[in-house]
Amino acid sequence: MGQLTYLKDVVTLNLSEEKCIGCSMCVDVCTRGVIRMNGVGRAWIQDRDACMECGACSRNCPTGAFSVQAGVGCAAAVINTMLGREGSICCGDQGCTIEPCEQTEDKRETSCC
Amino acid sequence: MSLPSLKQPFVVGAIETSVGLLPRVTSSLTWKDHWGTIKARWGVGRMHYTVEPGLYALGHPDIRSPVLVTANYKMSFDRLREALPGRDMWILVLDTVGINVWCAAGKGTFGTEELVRRIALSGLNRVVSHRELILPQLSGPGVAAHLVKKFSGFSVHYGPIRALDVPVYLNAGLKATPEMRLKTFTLRERMALIPIELVAALKPGLFILLAFFLIGGLGGPAGYWDNAVNYGFFAVIALMTAILTGAVLTPILLPVLPGRAFSLKGFIIGVIATIVLLMMRNPDLTLWQGRLEGLAWLLLVPSLAAYLAMNFTGASTYTSLSGVKKEMRLALPMEIGAGVAGLGLWLISRFIA
Repeated sequence: MGQLTYLKDVVTLNLSEEKCIGCSMCVDVCTRGVIRMNGVGRAWIQDRDACMECGACSRNCPTGAFSVQAGVGCAAAVINTMLGREGSICCGDQGCTIEPCEQTEDKRETSCC
Repeated sequence: MSLPSLKQPFVVGAIETSVGLLPRVTSSLTWKDHWGTIKARWGVGRMHYTVEPGLYALGHPDIRSPVLVTANYKMSFDRLREALPGRDMWILVLDTVGINVWCAAGKGTFGTEELVRRIALSGLNRVVSHRELILPQLSGPGVAAHLVKKFSGFSVHYGPIRALDVPVYLNAGLKATPEMRLKTFTLRERMALIPIELVAALKPGLFILLAFFLIGGLGGPAGYWDNAVNYGFFAVIALMTAILTGAVLTPILLPVLPGRAFSLKGFIIGVIATIVLLMMRNPDLTLWQGRLEGLAWLLLVPSLAAYLAMNFTGASTYTSLSGVKKEMRLALPMEIGAGVAGLGLWLISRFIA
């Protein structure tokens, strides 16, 4: 069985191929096999729908070739943000997540996972 | 300079280094460590299950030994050392506020800034002679490898996702296979998340269950407690079914349930479960009361199951924020609408009896 995929045509990931210097760091950090290196050593997006917008590729790209609205795909966190409160338990210890877009600083008592 | 305490329960000794005595740990876990994992899985003391940040010795490392970096969630620390029997290495623990690697990276606490600061605070550049770090791949969303190099002088190598693969990665000369780089979401991994989902659902759920049970006694020709045992008890069963389908069955059956949206998966299995439940209940459909009660549960159980299933997106390993927002825009109003309508119908069915 192939890997699980979520909704189609929603992902905000984009790559400016001309900025790529071929370091392949993006391929290393991607947990979803979204990015591959082509025959001439440049990155390309092979499977955009598999992207979970974690932002690892853009964070680790030394030339800023990637753009993505990075965040965490967690409904509980989105609801908490909508309600204007910090998260409670929303998730397990592996894929868990909280506070989708904004990275808040060190909320020791209330942070999830 | 800040060195982690030697008095932590999992520390087995100390090792002399140029920055002072550092705590030494082994790769074999005690029953206390395993018990701690079980408790954390059930949400007991999970927010304070930590190790002190800083540098630890695994086995008997020297100045040339590799340095692995992890989070100060005790379970992360344990999974890593457990995977490395017979190895002599350094483990640099970042202060992630007791949160696992991936979540902390998503929040930025397992990030460039903390890593650079922790390298300095631990005196790492005096403990080892090389300038290489091995990070878990899942820290990628928080750490910019090129900036770590720029600010600390240390080169970042992204190791495999799973601690279990670290020995093979090390033996291969810091090379990960493509399989090691893909995050799986196996049945076993999904099952491990169920306890915490159940606890999260049952905490507010118990109060609601009690309320339904007590309201079930109101109205109707029979006495209060007769009604409560009949209608109230069924309400408790139905709501438990919703929690079971949304928080247990949906995670287990995730890949085989139809649809991509989690709420759709939860809704479908919720409808099936409600039909089974109603067939066993067999309400008198010739009466309005029976019809309304049946319809109420057909609205309430699937909508609650859909909501709980939707919340499992956060625990899953493949949902994007854009996707979750799209799903929620559609699903959340329907879940709330159906839930409120179902509750209204159930209350009416209790009072027209």
